[in-house]
Amino acid sequence: MKTEKPTKPILICGNEAIGEAAIQAGCLAYFGYPITPQNELTAYMASRMPEEGRVFIQSESELAAINMVFGASALGVRAMTSSSSPGISLKQEGISYLAGCELPAVIVNMSRGGPGLGNIGPAQSDYFQSTRGGGHGDYRTPVLAGASVQELADVTFLAFDLADRYRTPVLILGDGILGQMMGPVLIKHPEPTRIPPKDWILGGAAGRPPRVIKSLFLGSGELDAHNRKLQERYRIIQDTEVRHEEFKTDDAELIMVAYGITARLCREVVRNIRREGHKVGLLRPITLWPFPSGRIAELCSTAKKFLSVEMSYGQMVDDVRLAVNGRRPVDFFGNGGGEILTVEEIEGYTVKLSLDLS
Amino acid sequence: MKEKSKEIIYQRPESLRDVTTHYCPGCGHGTVHRLIAEVIDELGIRERTVGVAPVGCAVLAYDYFNFDVTEAAHGRPPAVATGMKRVRPELIIFTYQGDGDLAAIGIAETIHAANRGENITVIFVNNGIYGMTGGQMAPTTLIGQKTATSPQGRQFQNEGPPLKVGEMLAPLDGTAYIARGALDKPANIIKVRQYIKQAFQNQIEERRFSLVEILSPCPTYWHLSPADSMKKITDEVILNFPIGVIKDER
Repeated sequence: MKTEKPTKPILICGNEAIGEAAIQAGCLAYFGYPITPQNELTAYMASRMPEEGRVFIQSESELAAINMVFGASALGVRAMTSSSSPGISLKQEGISYLAGCELPAVIVNMSRGGPGLGNIGPAQSDYFQSTRGGGHGDYRTPVLAGASVQELADVTFLAFDLADRYRTPVLILGDGILGQMMGPVLIKHPEPTRIPPKDWILGGAAGRPPRVIKSLFLGSGELDAHNRKLQERYRIIQDTEVRHEEFKTDDAELIMVAYGITARLCREVVRNIRREGHKVGLLRPITLWPFPSGRIAELCSTAKKFLSVEMSYGQMVDDVRLAVNGRRPVDFFGNGGGEILTVEEIEGYTVKLSLDLS
Repeated sequence: MKEKSKEIIYQRPESLRDVTTHYCPGCGHGTVHRLIAEVIDELGIRERTVGVAPVGCAVLAYDYFNFDVTEAAHGRPPAVATGMKRVRPELIIFTYQGDGDLAAIGIAETIHAANRGENITVIFVNNGIYGMTGGQMAPTTLIGQKTATSPQGRQFQNEGPPLKVGEMLAPLDGTAYIARGALDKPANIIKVRQYIKQAFQNQIEERRFSLVEILSPCPTYWHLSPADSMKKITDEVILNFPIGVIKDER
């Protein structure tokens, strides 16, 4: 490979950071379709992938793009596609097949306002779709949410590793602002992780019995056995792959829970109102699935209340409630109209909650 | 006494597994499977071939072929094959699709794979009906033909005419080879075999997109005997879908 490891930070936007990280992570094929606000990623791959002698296709549809990923992945190649909310809905059929066929893939959603065509502003209203599987059938996909341009690059490496390690599609969930904002990025190659040998890939049955990739199990009990294998894998992912970050939660009476760009705003809110004596902290999930439920449950012993802040009308708040399991009250603040929240409005709401606690 | 020398002149191709298929009596899929397997053996490409199976009656094709095969979502085999061929151009990639898969739900994937000139081979089995789901109207159902979803017979004014995929794709510059054959009589089956062989040969020689459309019987949902189904192909289907090489840019 001609890729050279950048040794100093480069100034690029979030979409491009994912693209460059994917290339450095060994993504050999990218398939995309235009949709705002992720077009910078498709354009970046259109110029960079051929430079590296790799595959780039602008597909005829999101359906085609995800199925091209399916084909490349079935041959054992690291492959990726990206889109934004309406396009991700179209990809769900393919994501379900990838899950059923146990094929690794990385799918990027730079989400925008919905439902329907919605608008092209930033949103976090695809949380349900992302964390509950999204397509038909009993499956989950790991969902990684970066909160900065740098972290988008970092989680891209992780996404490819998780995909290969667990033979599953992995989602990177950002939003229109994260995708388009510029930031300094150091493409950090993480330590190589242990990836199981790909002894399942297709590529011509030379000197071995033919292989089949399928999600169809018609015999009595066959689908149940297959699905139980997937469920066992999901349990291992839940046990071992939760990632989150905490900010001033040790003595916090009110714990904000937020991810992505919203978590950055909440961090500022915590910093601001701590100066006024409010005992507030922030828990930021990096993996939305698996969700850091265990840690939230632990925090119930010290915190009095939780507040989920989202660019939606309340989706992740359901997971916070499930984790808290009735032991503490859980509140919600957010807006799902494709507009970013302001520090001021979050701060106003948070201060009010904090005052109510004391 | 001197022993007479014996020569094997007909046997199961290596590319076909020694199993019983699930196809109905008189169905054409078994014949097409065999023709593909024979051609792959003849070209010596079994160990570098990957097939893409459809959703439809041939969904279990991977249980019958003796080489690597993947499933694909309904209509998406040309996109799956595109992803495969682009990352491993040295492999021989073919799709096996029915009329619902290729000409209805997957027509966009078909047209764009053809127009991009993907160097793949597409085997298109046209029996004018959805067999797997119980005999519904297909894009290729004949005018007047009664199906579960056209009980009065397909009408031009309501459903439009049968879609001629071969003629539609032939003008695209990305396509190298388009041929249509029929399984109604041995002479035509031999021609289908030649078309299939050419379509694979083209891929080996990197001549871009090749498609063979095969007019095939569905006695079960045509509600005819196997023999009458073959007669229907001869008397009716071929009149609507003329057979022969439609395009050959060798």
